[in-house]
Amino acid sequence: MSTPGADIETLLSRALQPVDPPDGLSSRLESTLVDLTEAAVVELESWELRAMRDPRNWVRPVVAVVVTATAGTALVILRVRAGQKRRVAVAHGPADLAARTAKAVAGEARRVIGR
Amino acid sequence: MAATARSKAELDEEFAELYRSHLRDVYSYAYYRVGNHHDAEDLTEQTFLQAYRHFERAQAESDGRPLRPWLIRIAHNLAANLYRDRSRRPQTPIDDTSGLSAVHTTEDLVEGRDELARILAGVKELPNDRREALIMRFALGMDNREIARALGKTDGATKVLLHRAIRQLEGIVGDEHTRS
Repeated sequence: MSTPGADIETLLSRALQPVDPPDGLSSRLESTLVDLTEAAVVELESWELRAMRDPRNWVRPVVAVVVTATAGTALVILRVRAGQKRRVAVAHGPADLAARTAKAVAGEARRVIGR
Repeated sequence: MAATARSKAELDEEFAELYRSHLRDVYSYAYYRVGNHHDAEDLTEQTFLQAYRHFERAQAESDGRPLRPWLIRIAHNLAANLYRDRSRRPQTPIDDTSGLSAVHTTEDLVEGRDELARILAGVKELPNDRREALIMRFALGMDNREIARALGKTDGATKVLLHRAIRQLEGIVGDEHTRS
């Protein structure tokens, strides 16, 4: 057994070995960034004003505008999506959910634009 | 427009390179900082998303210096936020480093399990800045200058910080050794 003071740095090197990320993390993160950037462009191109009568359709085009217009790209969609389960859980019906989602989009968009 | 698109593509490619080069560093830092794979994955993901958001500016301001300290600083700030959020909701255990042994090989565990466990337990007892400095030095192999940039300290202060961290750890491990 080694004495504590003698090779503490060697022990630290052994104790704090680099940790490989899980297999899926790398590809998931990479594809998230790529997908969200591409999705924003496609969404903007297919934006039909008629569909905007339905509040449920507000989220994606609004996000697409914001994402395409800024270098922040993926963040808005990702953050809005990240909070979607929570909003679904607390929303009182589809209209309330749409309102909460639109509010979240606006908040995230402000954060990205304000960078 | 075409010039903008091209520069955006170049920027994305450079970010992808940064990502490929430092994913393991960020993940290692996150893992030793939060102590479990689940939170480490989240922290890593958020770190790179935030890095992507500010990449262009960081690149402009880096003046050619490596961006690894900048990435680790993002992870450091996000981890601090995570702890702050969780301290408001104490039902979630914070600073749980009980899973750290999971990264070690069978050989390590057989040859020096107790010793490594004592070191990890000692690291856990250190003040945050000392613990982080040791993680950056030994898990990520960062030099003093890189650690200084990541922690927002001077090179001299970082050297002192590392020295004191190691001395304090020796004391902790030594005390433990004497007791056992």
